[in-house]
Amino acid sequence: MALDHQTVREIAELAHLELDDSEIDQHADELSRILGFIEQMNQVDTTGVEPLAHPHDGRLRLRDDQVTESDQRASFQRIAPATEAGLYLVPRVIE
Amino acid sequence: MHTKSLTELSIDLIQQKLSSTELTQHFLERIDLHRQLNAFITVDAERALDQARAADRRLGRGTPAPLTGIPIAHKDIFCTEGMLTSCGSRILSNFVSPYNATMIEKLRQQDTVILGKTNMDEFAMGSSNETSYYGPVANPWDESRVPGGSSGGSAAAVSAGLAPAATGTDTGGSIRQPASFCGVTGFKPSYGRVSRYGMVAFASSLDQAGPLTRSAQDAALLLQATAGFDPRDSTSVDRETPDYTATLTADISGLKIGLPKQYFGQGLDGQVELVVREALAHYEALGARLMDVDLPNSALCVPCYYVLAPSEASSNLSRFDGVRYGYRTQQYDDLTQMYAKTRAEGFGAEVKRRIMIGTYALSAGYYDAYYLKAQKLRRLIADDFRRAFEQCDVIMGPTTPTTAFTLGEKTDDPIAMYLNDIYTISANLAGLPAISIPAGLSGDGMPVGLHIIGRYFDEPQILNFAHRLQMGTDWHRRSPPGYTS
Repeated sequence: MALDHQTVREIAELAHLELDDSEIDQHADELSRILGFIEQMNQVDTTGVEPLAHPHDGRLRLRDDQVTESDQRASFQRIAPATEAGLYLVPRVIE
Repeated sequence: MHTKSLTELSIDLIQQKLSSTELTQHFLERIDLHRQLNAFITVDAERALDQARAADRRLGRGTPAPLTGIPIAHKDIFCTEGMLTSCGSRILSNFVSPYNATMIEKLRQQDTVILGKTNMDEFAMGSSNETSYYGPVANPWDESRVPGGSSGGSAAAVSAGLAPAATGTDTGGSIRQPASFCGVTGFKPSYGRVSRYGMVAFASSLDQAGPLTRSAQDAALLLQATAGFDPRDSTSVDRETPDYTATLTADISGLKIGLPKQYFGQGLDGQVELVVREALAHYEALGARLMDVDLPNSALCVPCYYVLAPSEASSNLSRFDGVRYGYRTQQYDDLTQMYAKTRAEGFGAEVKRRIMIGTYALSAGYYDAYYLKAQKLRRLIADDFRRAFEQCDVIMGPTTPTTAFTLGEKTDDPIAMYLNDIYTISANLAGLPAISIPAGLSGDGMPVGLHIIGRYFDEPQILNFAHRLQMGTDWHRRSPPGYTS
């Protein structure tokens, strides 16, 4: 499976990774090789096999819907790149 | 002092022949003396000595826990309150954690000392420690070689006697492969045995924390202190924690060791095989029986893993966006560009590669061909083990196909790097416990690891087998040349 540059650009956009043209080249080459390697999976017929998502096979524990955490906003926001009045700041998205 | 076991050190501490302050000071000096190994990202000597003094007061009051006063090095993937927790990445290079991982918390409750945070492959993605933002770690046995990865700093630190024990995490071999390369004991418990809370997530259905130590007995002590149910980890299993030291010396005669032919085939270095066969002969002499078992889908573990792990990683790592914590790019015009530039500048090449693979595998139109296909294979691989364990008690083989390779040898070939984990990945896919213990040296003087895989939650059986070999051999007591005194 060879990936073209356009596909690599689209994946990078989905992944929110800014890549320049030389990086697109490199990723197209490396990802194509890795996908070629991954396609060995097709040697095995998996018709009718149930997918296994997790070693516990889907039996995940549920807990009661109760508030258990205390308010730690101040300590969490102390390490944020930009905050104001208890809010996280990002570039304006609505004019 | 730095070659003593945890058992010996804790006896010395409890009998007050030695103070935690002296012990901590000793290891801090060794870390400084051997800083060329680059095993640590952060060492906070003042904090460590404060913790040691508090441990000494507790020892003086006569109310110690089993590990009180023992200095421990922690992989920089565990959130540590008030300390840098970088995960080997630029994007977390300013992240001072506001809370402790459960792993750290449990060990702090016993008043163990945080000696420092160890170097690692960026976000635990790597098998050589060369993807760290903080530079590679050298293997104490031969500084031109890699220590393995991703817990490379922890393995090198224990091997060189810079710490009596260390913590690590293992998603595809990241405790066991570096343990093998550095000649130490590395134990990945069953999925769900040790809490993942506060451990920076790589691939959540595969990640598991565990100890890197000088012996199986020490691994049992560290596992004892850290295993158990944690309501803060939704995948933690609510099962009683057995006494791991109680069965270490149990008789193994009549027990069956399964040898998958797939672990002794093409690609396995002859010297590594020789060392592993000698260890197997030792078990035979102890009365265990060797038998062939079949794990027919073994060859597909690596391709399967390189779909599942990057898929989970691409989802987990979407949280690093420069908004709530960590690095943010300096120059941006809008929100989308801020995300894309922050991530481009904050992540290294291997992490980007895996995010790209995962994003592709999960994208519309490819999900069935890659992600779903890999999950089906994962079931077949888990079923292979279930069948094998109907016939045998443990499965053994080499931890890695070769001994430690040289720095730079595999950095240009991602697939060659990935194949290093060919024997270790299957235990993560199936969620099984597995250990690597030193079994000898190859002709070039490099350590070889024996890999023991057990049934789900059968940590005692694995530790029993590992300890029995260590009772009769001294490979685990060998230090790298130049680190003996």
